[in-house]
Amino acid sequence: MPLSVRTTETLAEAAALLATERAARFLAGGTLLMRAVNEGDVSFSLLVRTRDPNFVRMRTAGGRIELGAGVTMARILAARELAFLHAPARAIGGPAVRSMATVGGNLFAEHPYGDFAAALLALDARVQLATGFGPREIPLEEFLRGRDRHPRALVSAVVFERPSDPAAFRFHKMTRTRPKGAAVLSIAAHLPLSGGRITGARVAYGAMGKTPIRARAVERALEGRPLSPEGIAPAVAVAAEGTDPPTDSLASAWYRRRVIGVVLRRLLLGEG
Amino acid sequence: MVTAVSFTLNGTAVAAVAEPAETLLSVLRHRLGDTSPKAGCLQGTCGACTVLLDGEPVLSCLLLADAAEGRRVETVRGLADGPTLHPLQEAFMDRFAAQCGFCTPGMIMAAKALLDRNPNPTREEVIEAISGNVCRCTGYLPIIEAILEAARRLAARR
Repeated sequence: MPLSVRTTETLAEAAALLATERAARFLAGGTLLMRAVNEGDVSFSLLVRTRDPNFVRMRTAGGRIELGAGVTMARILAARELAFLHAPARAIGGPAVRSMATVGGNLFAEHPYGDFAAALLALDARVQLATGFGPREIPLEEFLRGRDRHPRALVSAVVFERPSDPAAFRFHKMTRTRPKGAAVLSIAAHLPLSGGRITGARVAYGAMGKTPIRARAVERALEGRPLSPEGIAPAVAVAAEGTDPPTDSLASAWYRRRVIGVVLRRLLLGEG
Repeated sequence: MVTAVSFTLNGTAVAAVAEPAETLLSVLRHRLGDTSPKAGCLQGTCGACTVLLDGEPVLSCLLLADAAEGRRVETVRGLADGPTLHPLQEAFMDRFAAQCGFCTPGMIMAAKALLDRNPNPTREEVIEAISGNVCRCTGYLPIIEAILEAARRLAARR
């Protein structure tokens, strides 16, 4: 069946089309969906795009950051004020992928992809959705949990608070090949210190479950502790708790569970 | 239903008809006869289809052709000036950076994107710039050396 393409002026129109046309898929950067097109996937016959300027808008001044879902990794890397996000943005593909791949698309990237979404989870980001019934906003964690159950909503933007101290935000992606490769696993952590102790820790993992997940046990174990080898030991001990990593060609579930604590420890102690 | 698409290809205005969901790679190769970007994996993994869109490297196999509408597309075919090769092409020859040659057009365009923006890159920056381009026969070392050599030759010309 030949594919057709519809380009809407607004996000709302695109969302309405997605809600009514079962055979429609939303096309942003194309680095995920166009792979399916090239493979001859016949489960969809309509590509929906939008020209809505809000879709590609970045608001980075002040404490609240809003990234339109169509913002590319390359644009994030070009934004000096988003330096704390450069490590996760650079973790996505090579330069040509980054010219195309979008913030919104990464939320739909299947295992082992989705490293940027893991970073957004650690920033406690919220997802703005355009639906056939109007806009709404939900926590990214909730969005990811239900991602495959309600595919008819259109992600229009993600919003989050800028870390008060950029050094409090850390990201590491473990790969088998360098500088580019799919994740064995990735970890993002927001670790604000108050009087030398961690307050409000948020830790997220990529490739440790079907979608990026929050590491709640690690967060609890870090609370009120200093970032020292002794301080973080309880968190490292529970690093694999709540994870359900898949086995794939990069690593087995067993290996991912074994190594997550090692990578977490290095990230927390700043050992790269 | 076909749609029309027009853009600048290597400095020349071109126009083509395209299927609605046709990729830029397909339009370049099949409608415009520029077979220099290669159809490799068609999954965005190998980088053989890399072209520059307004100076930025993109994967033409994953881009709908109309994304190029009104914009500037560069392929490796446009690099040579008549019989005079671009310094990147020369350096790839001199440093034996091509064996089967299938990855070369994408490698050279990824390298051009780097050198246009950063004429004096470090070795690490070169490695990063071609990190989305896969070579299965030459090996990366001669390619990295060729790009660094091209940067030196371009600098000597300035």
